[in-house]
Amino acid sequence: MFVEVSEAVIQHLTQFDIETQDTLLELIKKAADTNSGLAYQLANRMQKAMQLMEIDTIELWLDQAIDVFDSKGLYGAIEVFDELESIAHNATQKLTGIAFEDVCNMLEHFVVGLNGRRLKIETDKNTFTDTESIFLPSIVNRYAEKDDNFQLYKCMVVLLWAQNWFGTWRQDLSENFSQYENPAQAKQWFHVLEIIRLDHKIKHELPGIHRQMQRLCELAEHPKVCDIIIRGQNIQNIEQQINQHSHVLDILELIPEVILQTPPTLSFYAGCLQIEQVELRREIRLIKEKDLFRQAIAHVLEDKKDKAASELDEDERREISAQEIPDPTMPDGFKYKLELEGESIEPPDGVESLMSSIIQDLGEIPDDYLVAAGDGNYKIIPEPEKNEEKNVWAGTYHEEGAYLHKEWDFRRQRYKKNWCALREVKLTAGSTAFVSDTIKKHSGLIKNLRRTFEILRGEDKTLKKQPYGDDIDIDALVEAWGDMASGMEMSENIFTKMHKEERNIAVIFMVDMSGSTKGWINDAERESLVLLSEALETLGDRYAIYGFTGNTRKRCEVYPIKTFEDEYDDKTRGRISNISPQDYTRLGVFIRHFNQMFEDIEAKTKILITLSDGKPEDYDGYRGEYGIEDTRMALLESRQQGVHPFCITIDKEGRDYLKTMYGSASYVVIDDVKQLPLKVADIYRNITS
Amino acid sequence: MNDIAKSLKPEEYFIKDEPYYEAVGSEIDIFLAAYKQKIPVLLKGPTGCGKTRFMEHMAWRLKKALITVSCHDDLTASDLVGRFLISGGETKWIDGPLARSVRHGAICYLDEIVEARKDTTVVIHPLADDRRVLPMEKVGEVLEATADFCLAISYNPGYQSVLKDLKQSTRQRFVALEFDYPSAELETRIIKTEAGIEQILAERLVKFAHMTRNLKGSGLEEGASTRLLVHAAKLISAGISPVDACHTAIAQALTDDAEMLAAINELSSSLF
Repeated sequence: MFVEVSEAVIQHLTQFDIETQDTLLELIKKAADTNSGLAYQLANRMQKAMQLMEIDTIELWLDQAIDVFDSKGLYGAIEVFDELESIAHNATQKLTGIAFEDVCNMLEHFVVGLNGRRLKIETDKNTFTDTESIFLPSIVNRYAEKDDNFQLYKCMVVLLWAQNWFGTWRQDLSENFSQYENPAQAKQWFHVLEIIRLDHKIKHELPGIHRQMQRLCELAEHPKVCDIIIRGQNIQNIEQQINQHSHVLDILELIPEVILQTPPTLSFYAGCLQIEQVELRREIRLIKEKDLFRQAIAHVLEDKKDKAASELDEDERREISAQEIPDPTMPDGFKYKLELEGESIEPPDGVESLMSSIIQDLGEIPDDYLVAAGDGNYKIIPEPEKNEEKNVWAGTYHEEGAYLHKEWDFRRQRYKKNWCALREVKLTAGSTAFVSDTIKKHSGLIKNLRRTFEILRGEDKTLKKQPYGDDIDIDALVEAWGDMASGMEMSENIFTKMHKEERNIAVIFMVDMSGSTKGWINDAERESLVLLSEALETLGDRYAIYGFTGNTRKRCEVYPIKTFEDEYDDKTRGRISNISPQDYTRLGVFIRHFNQMFEDIEAKTKILITLSDGKPEDYDGYRGEYGIEDTRMALLESRQQGVHPFCITIDKEGRDYLKTMYGSASYVVIDDVKQLPLKVADIYRNITS
Repeated sequence: MNDIAKSLKPEEYFIKDEPYYEAVGSEIDIFLAAYKQKIPVLLKGPTGCGKTRFMEHMAWRLKKALITVSCHDDLTASDLVGRFLISGGETKWIDGPLARSVRHGAICYLDEIVEARKDTTVVIHPLADDRRVLPMEKVGEVLEATADFCLAISYNPGYQSVLKDLKQSTRQRFVALEFDYPSAELETRIIKTEAGIEQILAERLVKFAHMTRNLKGSGLEEGASTRLLVHAAKLISAGISPVDACHTAIAQALTDDAEMLAAINELSSSLF
């Protein structure tokens, strides 16, 4: 591979010893493996980078650029390269500072614990909240001690959470500020006064954090919120007008009194107010939540009245009322309880948090929210249809709503984060004719399978000569008695005990639906699934079947054929019949997806069986060594998690690469496709007993 | 402290002092009515919300011995009914806790019943319907319950796996009482009474419990139970600082996950 660089670059490189030169060239090669332009840009900046950073940091810098390249292309990566100085600066800062990624998970738990609408924690150059997320700086390095820096992160989170919880955003702020000659100044004053109000609230509700805030101000030699002095003759008592019971409306009423003064500087942890972003979010949310709430109410009424929502008349729709009940833990001192004909009703799942979110926005549940939705088919007003599978290629496509999985790049020796977007796509059930044909065709075999599988099923076994048990083992007792009579020591093992061996196995079958399975491979796969399901129903093991197919990393699809919860009924049979060849085989992402699924499954033994017809292969470079290595890595992750992967394939050349991927004992190659249905159940029996 | 623990037969053990119990609803009346009508009772609810305490309280009220069996997945039917043991060259029948309760007219409380295997739970069926008898196949007898006998079982619908659900044929024999964590006000009172701490501290502890309950489902399997709060409060009243008490008695009991632990500790230190 060639990367064209200027002579100066070469000359600079030659200054270093051979070892360093090799390392630097290795880095450039790593960049070149991704993109040659990237390598060129890196080589040209090497001289400066070496002056500013250690080699390890340079590698981190490159990794960061590669990550950005993956999502934003070369232009974005160059931007990262250009931030060389600030990155070098940050690298030294990281020694005492706290990086966002080190604390974001923890802060997310923290803020969920605090109460209210679930806020995400994200990073941004501004510190603010948009009422659905809290945005924090990517690094905090104000203090010499790591812990103080962490406390600062925490104070920022609490203050922004308090804005959401104590109703800062309930009023139409931009409209309010626009009545002033200088809206920017009004906004600034609002921020100052609001922080004084929130400070009172925090002091009352979370005294521990309030102490931290004060301590941090002292450390930074910055005036505390309570010490902010508002100058001016007529407005001296303004601070006294704000206390822990103040409402955001009280704050808005105070603005005219101070607007002519210059506002004081804010605490450094206060962040900023991004009113436009808040209003945008709020507007969308209000519509969505009103709709959801009205549907939930319709649902309750349907249950209670036993008729469809569309049949409810106008009065019936309004029968549910919301009653205030005092609750000192809520910011307004009360919460709502739903009532129908004077009797309180238990809100369905998720409705409690929905109500809480609505109250956070509006301070109440307005009457027009309490009218049941009419059509009764529970459709949310569609957001721009960005999550839909068919829009993957359209301009509106967004990765939201898909499961994002990493992928291993063996050339870079690291993961590409959130590289593959995976969606679960519903497979419609077809006619069950295929299944009944298969059952007819293999009826003898099925009978046989059932018998062999029945033997596997955990049976009661009576263990004899036990020291402790349910009943007396007369044979052992007689023997012991004889022993004792002849002067020997009497054995204590004279009981029988029932021993029950329970199989506790959960298995996922992932079935290759790639285009290459077209024809009788597909038939054989489907037949195998039918036979297996029949056998597994006898055995009682928990099993799930998923089809998978990929068409580039942006479009990985799994088709739930039978989930763990589904019964093996006509619908499932219909879906098995409907398995049809689609696109390509990208394996790693699916294995990771199922690994994740296994995390929630409680079973002693977890098995992931792949039914496939060949090597992992997809567009966008997922072939050969790359695909094999990624799959191997995903399988390693499975094993680490306690999942046993196993592969059944009909690819005769499979022996070579399967050994690399699965290890020698965890795969089977079937030479004849026709043998597949006969063998699969047998193989399953072998690996689970 | 030179007292030696007393050993008593389960049916002779009566609770002398009133166990402290704050009724949340009408559970005491319902239990008394069910007892009078000889209907067995099922207590549902999360761990540490007061199910066992309620049973102790009821046993005290009814002046009956309370025989508690903590169920586990190795519990067999003979562990409940009884078995033959060998003594001095002959076999001798020994009643299990269930037979003992029936014979002596005690309250039999099977705690966490779903942990027992399904075939074990079936032995309580004849006792739990209007027959009120306990067949003892091994001795060829049937034990008929008197009006004094009472059967109660408990389970936590929240955390057990789907495998361990209660069979319909079992659950449909019982009157079900649902337990949940008490309201903030009541929970504060309970903690104050149990541990003897100040009102403000008790309020803060309850608030902390609510914070951990908010985390249920987003990383925590369960929030802090009332029992854990009482533990923490008792540590506080013994002189441990509130943050340390919350850390050891609550956070560590809830999770082993390092990030979650850190978050819970930060929550408690924001409150105290």
